[in-house]
Amino acid sequence: MTDTPTHAPQGSDAKLGPIARFIRDTELDTRMLGMVGALLLIWSAFHFYPIIAGLFSGNGLNMGAGLFITPRNLWNLSVQTSMTGIMATGMVLVIITRNIDLSVGSIVGVTGMVMGIVQVNILPPMLGLGSPVIWIITAIIGIILGAMIGALHGWLIAYRAIPSFIVTLGGMLVWRGAAFLTADGKTIAPMDTTFALLGGGPTGSVGAVGSWIVGLLGCIAVLWIMQAGRKSRTKHGFPQRPMWAETVLAILGCGVLIGAVLVVNAYTWPKGIVDAYVKANPDVVVPEGGLQISTGFAIPVLILIVVGILMTILMTRTRFGRYVFAIGGNPEAAALSGINTKWMTLKIFALMGLLSGLAAVVASARLNAATNALGTLDELYVIASAVVGGTSLAGGVGTIYGAIIGALVMQSLQTGMVLIGYGDGSYRMIAVGVALVLAVYLDNLYRQKTK
Amino acid sequence: MANTGTPLVEMRDISIAFGGIKAVDHVSIDLHPGEVVGLLGHNGAGKSTLIKCLSGAYKADAGEIYINGAKVDINNPRDAREYNIETIYQTLALADNLNAASNLFLGREIVSAGGFLDDSAMEAETRKIMARLNPNFRKFNVPVSALSGGQRQSVAIARAVYFNAKILIMDEPTAALGPQETQMVAELIQELKKQGLGIFLIEHDIHAVMDLCDRAVVMKNGHRVGTVNVNEVTDEDILGMIIMGKKPPQAV
Repeated sequence: MTDTPTHAPQGSDAKLGPIARFIRDTELDTRMLGMVGALLLIWSAFHFYPIIAGLFSGNGLNMGAGLFITPRNLWNLSVQTSMTGIMATGMVLVIITRNIDLSVGSIVGVTGMVMGIVQVNILPPMLGLGSPVIWIITAIIGIILGAMIGALHGWLIAYRAIPSFIVTLGGMLVWRGAAFLTADGKTIAPMDTTFALLGGGPTGSVGAVGSWIVGLLGCIAVLWIMQAGRKSRTKHGFPQRPMWAETVLAILGCGVLIGAVLVVNAYTWPKGIVDAYVKANPDVVVPEGGLQISTGFAIPVLILIVVGILMTILMTRTRFGRYVFAIGGNPEAAALSGINTKWMTLKIFALMGLLSGLAAVVASARLNAATNALGTLDELYVIASAVVGGTSLAGGVGTIYGAIIGALVMQSLQTGMVLIGYGDGSYRMIAVGVALVLAVYLDNLYRQKTK
Repeated sequence: MANTGTPLVEMRDISIAFGGIKAVDHVSIDLHPGEVVGLLGHNGAGKSTLIKCLSGAYKADAGEIYINGAKVDINNPRDAREYNIETIYQTLALADNLNAASNLFLGREIVSAGGFLDDSAMEAETRKIMARLNPNFRKFNVPVSALSGGQRQSVAIARAVYFNAKILIMDEPTAALGPQETQMVAELIQELKKQGLGIFLIEHDIHAVMDLCDRAVVMKNGHRVGTVNVNEVTDEDILGMIIMGKKPPQAV
């Protein structure tokens, strides 16, 4: 690759340290690196907390070290993050366009209840109990209902000029009430057995082979994207990344993917579920020392990954995404450029509603029940995830991957507090609240420094 | 200038009111190919409002717009762009969080066969046009919020020029610029004029008007005071029109 120009040598090159040069050449997003660093810090803190606390209390290592960075906990964390993560990707668009959506938790509640009724009370008499199409019909109804509620909010905001804070605050109350009325406050359970798989759990996962396929496809995609990027830069004569930087990025990308596969495959089915499985399949040969079945990626995690990829493509590669950013940067300029800003706003809220419906599928499937309290307070965690992930409440700035990492940070704090023995709501809420404010403050410092 | 042919643009009897205040009251103006028409008047005289009816930002309450003699309906900025009307707004109308290429192509992005944005192609095109308009421009990969006033102005101008405008509206294009950049804009106006574009220039600086414009339309309180050929009048005549609404004998 000697014929393609690399970065033009710059006079200040000598002044840059090795880290700064590494970041410049790999073109890695420093904000993302910061977030990943913070995440790893949180994980280690929770992992080693019992040892540290043990040393102080004189109990030594009796406390038992490290429950956090274990395959089981990381797998659970991935499943718990998926619901908030799915909605956070939509909240990014809402916040970029200088709006807010406080109703997503209640949309989860009402769509969850409707889906519960549809799959338990309405479809089985029509199609027969356990019919293989119940889950998909139910999910589509829930997702469309969510999109319609979102579109209604968007219409009120865009075409009736009611502030989004008010519309969705009203929506939060209205849809929570509606969720209660749907079944007079009753809990509907259990869900359709196929539908329940969408919530994850050992049986709702793709297993070792499936996870390897996902991981390898991901690696191929990483390499293909990098190759396409190089080709496009060559075509227009833009400078290339140096080859060593490309190699580092490829190894990093594939390494993270393969690492994730190894972690989820290292988590094996709990004994109770294996026993039930063996009982149900008498011809399975149980080896010495018990049967070990790798769980692999949970289905909701795969849903989150697919949503994340699609939303990233939407935001960075399509006109729709470009217009979202333009409206956030300067709504007047966007309108003068011929962008139909009202129609855009309606579509953004409809998309947010659609993702809330999808999150309701995951949440109710995971709970294996529909309750009218499903999704309560989720709007706050979703907004916090987007903001911790670098979405600016002033509008115009935000990324999908940031919001997903933000969701992972928020969920890590919650899970970690439980693991170190502060699981009773109060301390957990304090930790999450402090982290939110701190994250935004650090982000402000970062912006001032990089300006 | 002898302008006997069909005007490029003719706005007839335009009126627009905001909450009972007549911002523009039965005003008619026209513009010929290769001509620069200055629009003058105090703040609030109705110049910008009148011109926004042409650029599609406002819809006139009454009156008609003709392009090349044909009556047209301009309801929004997209319609105006269809008729090759491009506008450089006083505020520049740039999305600060996007880079130069994204702003230049905003609303008219280059897409690949799959319907996805072709950012590389847009950046390459932006580099080409900026090389012509402002050869010192280097900041292609940063949001325009990081650019100087002059650089931002050149992005806004590039956007108007790139798409083969036939009619160009410039709302105080030099208000935020230093002397050197102002000179650059003046040269650009001369060049575009030679290419046969018609230009409406909203301007407060009388000297710039005398230098650049062929005709000047003066407005006051939403009315048109008069239209003059700038080579037939003096600075004082125009000032008199602006300040006192006094119409010199040469005016029509």
